[in-house]
Amino acid sequence: MAPISHLSTKGLSKNFGGIQAIRNVDFDISKGQIRALIGPNGAGKSTFVGMISGRIPPTTGEIYFADQNITSLPAHKRICLGIAYTFQITSVFSKLTVHENVALAVRRNRQLKPNDVLEQVSSILDKVGLLDRANSEVRELSYGHQRLLEIAMGLGQEPSLFILDEPTQGLAESEVLEFITILKSMAGLTTILLIEHNMDVVMATAEFITVMNFGEILAEGTPDQIRLNEEVQLAYLGKT
Amino acid sequence: MNDKNLALNIGVVGFLALLFFLVSDYHDGIIARILILAIFAMGYNLLFGYTGLLSLGHAMFFATGMYGYGLSVELWKFSAFEGLLFALVISFLFSMSIGVLTLRTKGVAFMIVTLMFSQVFYLVVLLFGEHTGGDEGFVISTHGRTLFGLNFVDPTSKYFASLFLFAVVLLGLTLFVRTRTGKCLVAIRENEERAKMLGYDVWVHKFIAIIISGVICGLAGASYTLIFGYAGAAFAEVHYSILPLLWVLLGGAGTLIGPLVGTVFAFYLIDISSGYTSAYLLIVGLVIVLLTLFAPQGLAGELKRRMAHWLQ
Amino acid sequence: MEFGPYLIIALFEGALTSAVIALTAVGLSVVFGLMRVVNVAHGEFFMLGAVFTWFITWNLGLNPTVGFITALLLVPLAVGSLATLADRLILNRLDYDPERTIVATIGLLYLIQQSTLMSYGPDARPVEPPFNHRIALPWIELGESGWQIYWPWGFGITTYKLAVILAAIVLLWILLRLLARTKYGLLIRATQQDSEMALAFGIPVSRVYAIVFGIGGGLAALGAVLIVPIRQAHYLMGGEPLLLSFIVVIVGGLGSIPGTILAAILIGMSDGLISVFFSPTLAKIVATLLVVFVLIFRPNGLFGKNQQ
Ligand SMILES: Nc1ncnc2c1ncn2[C@@H]1O[C@H](COP(=O)(O)OP(=O)(O)O)[C@@H](O)[C@H]1O
Ligand SMILES: [Mg+2]
Repeated sequence: MAPISHLSTKGLSKNFGGIQAIRNVDFDISKGQIRALIGPNGAGKSTFVGMISGRIPPTTGEIYFADQNITSLPAHKRICLGIAYTFQITSVFSKLTVHENVALAVRRNRQLKPNDVLEQVSSILDKVGLLDRANSEVRELSYGHQRLLEIAMGLGQEPSLFILDEPTQGLAESEVLEFITILKSMAGLTTILLIEHNMDVVMATAEFITVMNFGEILAEGTPDQIRLNEEVQLAYLGKT
Repeated sequence: MNDKNLALNIGVVGFLALLFFLVSDYHDGIIARILILAIFAMGYNLLFGYTGLLSLGHAMFFATGMYGYGLSVELWKFSAFEGLLFALVISFLFSMSIGVLTLRTKGVAFMIVTLMFSQVFYLVVLLFGEHTGGDEGFVISTHGRTLFGLNFVDPTSKYFASLFLFAVVLLGLTLFVRTRTGKCLVAIRENEERAKMLGYDVWVHKFIAIIISGVICGLAGASYTLIFGYAGAAFAEVHYSILPLLWVLLGGAGTLIGPLVGTVFAFYLIDISSGYTSAYLLIVGLVIVLLTLFAPQGLAGELKRRMAHWLQ
Repeated sequence: MEFGPYLIIALFEGALTSAVIALTAVGLSVVFGLMRVVNVAHGEFFMLGAVFTWFITWNLGLNPTVGFITALLLVPLAVGSLATLADRLILNRLDYDPERTIVATIGLLYLIQQSTLMSYGPDARPVEPPFNHRIALPWIELGESGWQIYWPWGFGITTYKLAVILAAIVLLWILLRLLARTKYGLLIRATQQDSEMALAFGIPVSRVYAIVFGIGGGLAALGAVLIVPIRQAHYLMGGEPLLLSFIVVIVGGLGSIPGTILAAILIGMSDGLISVFFSPTLAKIVATLLVVFVLIFRPNGLFGKNQQ
């Protein structure tokens, strides 16, 4: 049985002035897969997922999501279709409470009663370990907790495609383990596109890996294939 | 969920009703005026305090209501009720057009564009001076000051009509800010990019905010003319765009009760200081500078920060 | 002899307006270009320039010419220092946050305007020009009996107005040179490019800001010193130059000095022309709407490149 494609790009490119940040990328991810996107800094990973989520308009190329051409859809409409995106640079509502941050994410797509929202938010905060901070203002949280909140907001959206841009950056080791558990619990239900530098996280979660370098896809394969790929080792793994 | 706010605001309305019997006629007159202007400030606050859009041209919305009511009642002999309806419809259409045009801009450009549209409005009022009476304005005749059998020449009717309208808007907003839409406005104020990436249509929400804000300010303008019987170009001047900003800053932007607090405070500040000097705007200027420097949250905002976190 | 002479007078008056607006608006523009803030109190610096000039020429017992030259030298410095003080006391403490700065400078506007009302009073007061000769212009026209010369034909221009136009051109030229060629100009341009980088290279960014804010206020005052012998000094006179400078800076592209000067000429000339032929209110409505639509549909100004 061929896997059903959930998200794909065709000839996707992005130029910033003179710099070609993404060159002609064809990419495909099947439904329910956990995919890691790795590559050295400046490879174009953030730009690439930025175009998928709609934050960055592509220069050329097309994006398909759930059999629909979403290239010209504005970001908020893509989100409503079931894409969630967590920022590499933490972007939360720092003057609102932790609870309200997640509630804003939960309320968006579903017409829930206030009590149901409350319940949902609490269960998500419990999952990421922030329940005891629910009524704190976000700016009072540590950096690591803000990263966790960012993940919680993604969970609150109940996405069918969850894009995470370096989520474990700044997390403590125990929190990273926690995060791996959360990701694994979503396996099969949610398609996950994970940009990650921490190879332990990648190896523990990813079913399939895409390696990017200089705005192009350098290699794709299962974790074992990637580990053995010489080009990848040269470009990326060799450096660590 | 958070009914302390509702209770507080109902309490405030009840207190204001009692106050009528406690203070002198002079203060009854002032408070009635303050209540109508506080409606103006609440309308402004929805856009500035809740949505984070700083307009420098809200006098045009107040004046739209004012002239929509005044001219329809005086020139076309509408009844007071028809005039009010007409003013609200015009305010709605006007804020819609202003919204479509100004929302193409952001930040400083938004401030300047609203300022200039308001200036154009003011100049148009002067240009059609024959009908609008220009700077001198015009007085509303008796039929335009009588609604549902109440005549607003009478101080008691003035006071309680103002209080009624104030209460309707205050309680309406209390309920509105806790809806999904209301909370999204706050999210846009706090982090527009994030709100968008949570799937909220930022443009539409800002558009809704401008319309509600414009209609509330229009209602304030129309009721001012209905209750106090006067319309004049002074209310369309830049000055009347700055005042609601001052009131809201003073009272606390983004709080329900802030606009009332700020209007009361500023009004009495000006009332008292104009007894000493004709340059009472000096005090307005000083207060604005000090506020932006030392208490950008305003009075209610400081209260919220220090003790009453639940204040909405 | 119908239309032509009036056109010439309108153009001349337009050139005069252009000259004064250019000076005032460039002051607003350098501040915006560097700090990205809009100074709403800019018109009040203009007004202070006029009022101080009146004070010097009337109260120091100097003869008009000496008094005027003293004013020309001292007033921009005095107003510039006041502006610098305002920058230190207010803008700097707001971290040049664009919105809070607008609100604070609105407060500053009232403070300056109303203090002037309390001290200087509500009257408009004239200042004598240092020299004022009438130059009658000849007018040549093809009449029924061939070419005819009319001279004098009633209207003329005064030497003082002509001098103001020339002075503005010279001053603006000097300013552009200073910015382009001197060390200070380089500091300012470097800070404008990237203030964090400038700080890293040891440029005293906050001092550059204070000085530039002073220069901005000084330029407004300079425009006022030049114009006050033609118009009178009044505590509410700041509103008009503020609005016109706003318009000019926006049409010229926020922060671009050559664009600002070009727009000043355009607006100044058309202001003169329009108000000769239309009601001044209608002229203002048209001009204001023009600016609004420039801002909405061409946010980088008529002469600026449109990015995206
Ligand atoms: N807004 C932008 N303007 C100009 N260049 C950019 C912009 N965003 C990213 N780039 C450039 O595009 C390239 C890819 O960046 P990015 O997508 O952030 O890489 P990664 O996430 O893989 O580290 C880099 O060379 C970066 O400098
Ligand atoms: Mg990145």
